[in-house]
Amino acid sequence: MSKKEWPLWEVFIRGQHGLNHRHVGSLHAPDAEMAINHARDVYTRRREGVSIWVVPSKEITASSPSEKGPLFDPAESKTYRHPTFFDIPDEVGKM
Amino acid sequence: MSGEKTAVTEMRADPFVNDEAIRRVFFEWLCRMGDNALILGHRTSEWCGHGPVLEEDIALANTALDLIGHTQMWLGLAGEVEGKGRDADDLAYLRDAMKFHNLLLVELPKGDMAVTIMREFLFDAYHHLLLSWLAEHSKSPRVAEIAAKALKEVSYHIDRASDIVVRLGDGTEESHRRMQDALDLLWPYTGEMFIGDDVDATLTGAGIAPDLGGLQGKWEQNVRSILDEATLKAPEPGGFAHLGGKQGRHTEHLGFILAEMQFLQRAYPGASW
Repeated sequence: MSKKEWPLWEVFIRGQHGLNHRHVGSLHAPDAEMAINHARDVYTRRREGVSIWVVPSKEITASSPSEKGPLFDPAESKTYRHPTFFDIPDEVGKM
Repeated sequence: MSGEKTAVTEMRADPFVNDEAIRRVFFEWLCRMGDNALILGHRTSEWCGHGPVLEEDIALANTALDLIGHTQMWLGLAGEVEGKGRDADDLAYLRDAMKFHNLLLVELPKGDMAVTIMREFLFDAYHHLLLSWLAEHSKSPRVAEIAAKALKEVSYHIDRASDIVVRLGDGTEESHRRMQDALDLLWPYTGEMFIGDDVDATLTGAGIAPDLGGLQGKWEQNVRSILDEATLKAPEPGGFAHLGGKQGRHTEHLGFILAEMQFLQRAYPGASW
């Protein structure tokens, strides 16, 4: 059957209104429509979501692990860049 | 039943549940609804671990679980209506073949993926129309409530099955041939869905269930439009129809399903896990 493997898709699910879509995993499907159906079957059986995104895995450009130092290290000692000095009222909800 | 439990909501008052005049036929009709879901669910579950790809394997197992969930609701109500203390498990595991009232269509062997998908499609198209009517029009609140719950899942089943029928029908030469063969094999089993008997007439008269013949036109229209898109040739209407399942006269296949499904409860009565 799978002489030709279906392309890989990354699946993102929005858990509730107001939250961001979160990466939940990946799956194989011949096209976007079927990828959505598969995502529904594989990842949302227990009411996990209100919205699904699927993205062809090959369209994702990832940073290289070897660039980790230059990319992230400079921020290490600069805690003042975190906005932790503000009081956020409860009514604001998730930021 | 060890499948997914469907949460039982509060019981709504339903005059038909204790109506002596229709008790026997109402029970039988509910068994037909439950048995269709149970037997098709069991057939579909036979793919679990054997699907052609992981995603399809999971999708079929999900469909099977949905159907077992519907079974629990229909046979649960059937047991209540019968009033002899039998629950859904008793009805599923301790009845013999002649007491099963499912359509012959759903007990046929799963065959290849073409037969499995085509059967699901032909049945879903009927199931969806029937449940839509029941959810909207049934004078029995309990029946309408079960139908409304099942309808949400069946709406997805028919979408999914239609999508795959088109993909495989209008796919490769081999997938087209297999889908056409499956259609030709299964078509003579679809007539039974729309041919009513005394049980159906009584339920229709009481306003609990629709006139089955009245669903056929819409079913044909829906089914033919998908088959056209799938480049498959639907047999002419009004051909031969295999009958008998609803009255308990089954193909040789049902006994084998029951043997597998009921073995544990027969050999170890009351066993649970």
